[in-house]
Amino acid sequence: MKSANEMLASRPNHQSWVPLMELAMKEVFELMLGAELKPATSEADDSFDITAMVGLAGQLRGVLTLRCNRETAARMASKMLGASPSADSADVKDAFGEVGNMIAGNFKNKISGMGDSCMLSVPTVITGTDYSVHSLADSDGLEVRQLFEGSPFLVMLEIHS
Amino acid sequence: MNSINALIVDDSSVMRKIVERLLRQAGLDLAQVYEAGNGVEALSVLKESKVDLILCDINMPVMNGLEFIKQLPEVENGKGVPVVMITTEGSESHVVEALSCGAKGYIRKPFTPEQVKENVLTLLAGKV
Repeated sequence: MKSANEMLASRPNHQSWVPLMELAMKEVFELMLGAELKPATSEADDSFDITAMVGLAGQLRGVLTLRCNRETAARMASKMLGASPSADSADVKDAFGEVGNMIAGNFKNKISGMGDSCMLSVPTVITGTDYSVHSLADSDGLEVRQLFEGSPFLVMLEIHS
Repeated sequence: MNSINALIVDDSSVMRKIVERLLRQAGLDLAQVYEAGNGVEALSVLKESKVDLILCDINMPVMNGLEFIKQLPEVENGKGVPVVMITTEGSESHVVEALSCGAKGYIRKPFTPEQVKENVLTLLAGKV
């Protein structure tokens, strides 16, 4: 009998999860930031210079990555805190990691049976653009692009079998 | 309602600030708010200070929230203090485990201010 992760990984793609990811993102931004998201269609943005990564382990294994530019991340932090931290402050990195954490948790709780059997890592936040990520993901992941107050950001989920 | 001391345990300082703000918005008169970034730090706070309410994350480095509430009764200032878990871990098994470990309330992130208010005020009703 295949594990849930093997079954998930054997799917040709995970596009059926996109609405769940969009809903998870929408709820986090509406409830925690008081902001309404809008869909974005642009391709990858070279100006994205802050990245939050949350690992998933257990029945669903992979990495959720949240990316945007630091000014956008600072505005997210401002919405969460009700104050205006500078783009380089620790609060911005902390808030951005927490947004990634809440999206990952909310998303996995929306997949039937996954809430119990999937654990999250604490978030890691990377700033800058000069880095490479070498993933062990071996199945199609998913990408969701949205606009936060007109600024693009990207959520990617890479899945390991 | 009398003033209370609260302990907020979360590895995110931003989340600790948000929770404190929501407690004040809920109408609590907070005499003192203590913060801790994990369970070990929280136990250390309780060795020195008395609190009336604890709000605690689950996923934290060093010592997670479930381990913290298991050890809570071993600290004099932790005995009988109501704990509300505030966490991204939203599955039924996590809720059951938290409640069996002694938590009195459970709030899933993302949450509304009303959820925090209802949980905390219900818990504190008649106690302070």
